[in-house]
Amino acid sequence: MSAFSALRPIGRYIRASRMVAVCLLLLLLVALIALAGPLLSPNDYIATDFNNRFAAPTLQDMRFFGTDDLGRDLFSRTLLGVQVTLFVAVIASVVSLGIGVAYGATAGFIGGKVDALMMRAVDALYALPFVFLVILLMVAFERNFLLIFVAIGAINWLDMARIVRGQTMNLKHREFVDAARLIGVSTPGIILRHITPNLLGVVVVYMTLTIPQAILVESFLSFLGLGVQEPQTSLGALVNNGISNMETAPWLLVIPASVLAFILFCFNFLGDALRDVVDPKHKT
Amino acid sequence: MSLLDVENLTVRYAGSPRPAVSELNLMIERGEAVGIVGESGSGKTQTAMAIMGLLPANASVAGNIRFDGVELCGAPLTLLNQYRARRVAMVFQDPRTALNPYVRIGKQLRRILLEHGICDGPDADVRTLEMLKKVGLPDPERQFRAFPHQLSGGMRQRAMLAAALLGEPDLLIADEPTTALDVTVQAQILRLIRTLHSETNSALLLITHDLAVVAGNCERVIVMDKGCVVEEGETRAVFSRPVEKRTRALLSAAPSVNSPVMCAPASEDADPVLEIENLAVSFKERRSGRGKRLRAVKPLSLSLGERETLAVVGESGSGKTSLARATLGLLPADSGHVSLLGKAQPPTVGARRNAARRNLQMVFQDPLASLNPAMSVREIVTEPLRVHEAGMKSAQRLASANAMLERVGLGAELAGRYPHELSGGQAQRVAIARSLILRPRVLICDEAVAALDGTVQHEILKLLLSEQDRCGLSLIFITHDLAVVRQISHRVLVMYMGRLCEIAENEALFKRPRHPYSKALLSSVPALDPATGPIDVPLPGETASAWSPPSGCPFHPRCQHAIAICTDEVPVPADCAGSVVACHRAADLDLGY
Repeated sequence: MSAFSALRPIGRYIRASRMVAVCLLLLLLVALIALAGPLLSPNDYIATDFNNRFAAPTLQDMRFFGTDDLGRDLFSRTLLGVQVTLFVAVIASVVSLGIGVAYGATAGFIGGKVDALMMRAVDALYALPFVFLVILLMVAFERNFLLIFVAIGAINWLDMARIVRGQTMNLKHREFVDAARLIGVSTPGIILRHITPNLLGVVVVYMTLTIPQAILVESFLSFLGLGVQEPQTSLGALVNNGISNMETAPWLLVIPASVLAFILFCFNFLGDALRDVVDPKHKT
Repeated sequence: MSLLDVENLTVRYAGSPRPAVSELNLMIERGEAVGIVGESGSGKTQTAMAIMGLLPANASVAGNIRFDGVELCGAPLTLLNQYRARRVAMVFQDPRTALNPYVRIGKQLRRILLEHGICDGPDADVRTLEMLKKVGLPDPERQFRAFPHQLSGGMRQRAMLAAALLGEPDLLIADEPTTALDVTVQAQILRLIRTLHSETNSALLLITHDLAVVAGNCERVIVMDKGCVVEEGETRAVFSRPVEKRTRALLSAAPSVNSPVMCAPASEDADPVLEIENLAVSFKERRSGRGKRLRAVKPLSLSLGERETLAVVGESGSGKTSLARATLGLLPADSGHVSLLGKAQPPTVGARRNAARRNLQMVFQDPLASLNPAMSVREIVTEPLRVHEAGMKSAQRLASANAMLERVGLGAELAGRYPHELSGGQAQRVAIARSLILRPRVLICDEAVAALDGTVQHEILKLLLSEQDRCGLSLIFITHDLAVVRQISHRVLVMYMGRLCEIAENEALFKRPRHPYSKALLSSVPALDPATGPIDVPLPGETASAWSPPSGCPFHPRCQHAIAICTDEVPVPADCAGSVVACHRAADLDLGY
């Protein structure tokens, strides 16, 4: 009950702001197309067609986005890329929300030695070079599609934990927390019901920075050959491929890049709008 | 021609339904002292800011503001700058925020002289130092080089006054100059303003919510309400024969040490509800953390009976709040016990049992800070029930929350609102509802009405007393306002530098204080009756630093009755004609009126 009561205001925010609703709707639409599209499209994302390399976008055969250098259908591949990108976004937000906020709020609220210990652990994780961590993971386990999400998740909550901790230390000396302690609210109850809802503003703003960042990190790793591997693909990998062919077939760059930009814009506008409504002083 | 002539001044903010100031007329002659009184939101400060040309860009100002015949309303900044400091100067309410924290006092002040070309470098230093001496800053050479945070509140306000007077203005506007200060310091600052005003023959515009401040210091008074002037006239005439309803309401709500006691007598015989024994609180020094501790409360004992109200008074830093927080278990005590209904309590609130917790509740000073901004009124008031009445259905909880809200005078339509949508008085009612919904036996109010306007303050006090009647509540009421103490308390505890000075019955304390400090506090309160005239400064100087308290009785450096033993030995609280007094001379001094 208490976990939901912390999140309950979000429903109200969606109703309060048209911007939030529009952005969420657009993102949902993109996700829906990305999930349903491959089922409807007759073209497989793996199937190569060497007679049809660099075909321009056309309505025929549902090859809306044309084909790439191996004659694969770009529409299907873009949808697959969107799936991967949105998955990264979900992982990044779940991890930084779940682990980052809980960790930071706990460390900040309890304070003292517990705080010192918890934050030094964060520092230690910070100190790990990221690419090195990914390579290590690749060596230790098989080269696996999921590993990249583990890696992105592992670094994503660190910043969030630090920011939330700072904010919590600020909040815990406020009088309403004292009032809650006098009533007898338990420590987890105070963190969930009194601290967390007041963190939402910062958390939401930071999330909107984190999600695009995670999406870009995924693209970067894919570019290095550490991320998603062919024939699987992601928007980052598609853009990369597009760059090398931009003179012969500009749509290979323009289309995936536009889709990526569209998704990033949606997240950014969503963040802006949410920050405004999350601040209780904006609600009237 | 009058010095300042304001005609039809209207200040309006875009998006606000009614103007902040509407059609205001005001005239001040040279050498005159005029007071503006009114509750918050009545447009007092807006008027002052308009005169200074300091209103924000989104305010639209209409009307005429003529200073010495020159129109200042809508005047260009270059013209305004010739008037600011040289002709009109202002002292702000909060000396903490009005001084630049990064610039040394002397440097800040001499800049005024240099900016206006009153004199040049070396001369400016000399004149600034002279002014600091004139406003009575102790050790002016040192304060000249000090940063604002190194000064106490009273010293900062003196520095602000010095800054305002450096340009030798014809009109000094003081906006709530003593609201943030202790009553003893208030008396000092008010006397300073008065003497400077009469010495320099400048005019004074004193803006305050405290009618008593105006009573002793201004010849003429203007009463404002909702942006309009409701009454204007000679202070004596207005105070003795108020014409308008609003003025009468303000006057009757203004607490005064002469107002009647509002509370019913406490029950006599019963066992004490709350007992505090040798409770001591100290803080570690922040930086070095080694050895040195600030003793906020020195071992102190007291007991509280059923239906009794104990007021705790003292200047800021006297340990009132630390005592309350340690009693509640929000602050770890160094030693001592707290027992509630005969049962000893663990020192921290987290370790106490639910039954004990619900019986000991608190109302905080700033109602907005004590309400979670992310929770609605309904959630705030039902939360205690969620914790303590786990078996209760949510509909039941809602019903009792609504009933509670009604009892504190709030309609059910407010239940869905968030704290920032409430006025100060409404928010404090919500806080009271939250603490009373558990039907506690003891309620500790820490400056619970200090942030509220006079009439609202009066209502909240009435509410607390009616709750006391209704449920046999015992109250500990921490306040710096002796008029409130007089009205609502049965017994009074006077504290100074973490020590008990005196515990006495209300009547006894106000009629015949036994401790010199109690006496000084009482005589510092400005009288509401203009005929009494300005009060003198009963307690000069400042509280010593808590890091290096004076030897013996902590009050001896400021005490005019101190004798040899006072510097050597700490007085032990002892019975003295029904009161408990910690003073070596309690028996032989006669401090009565």
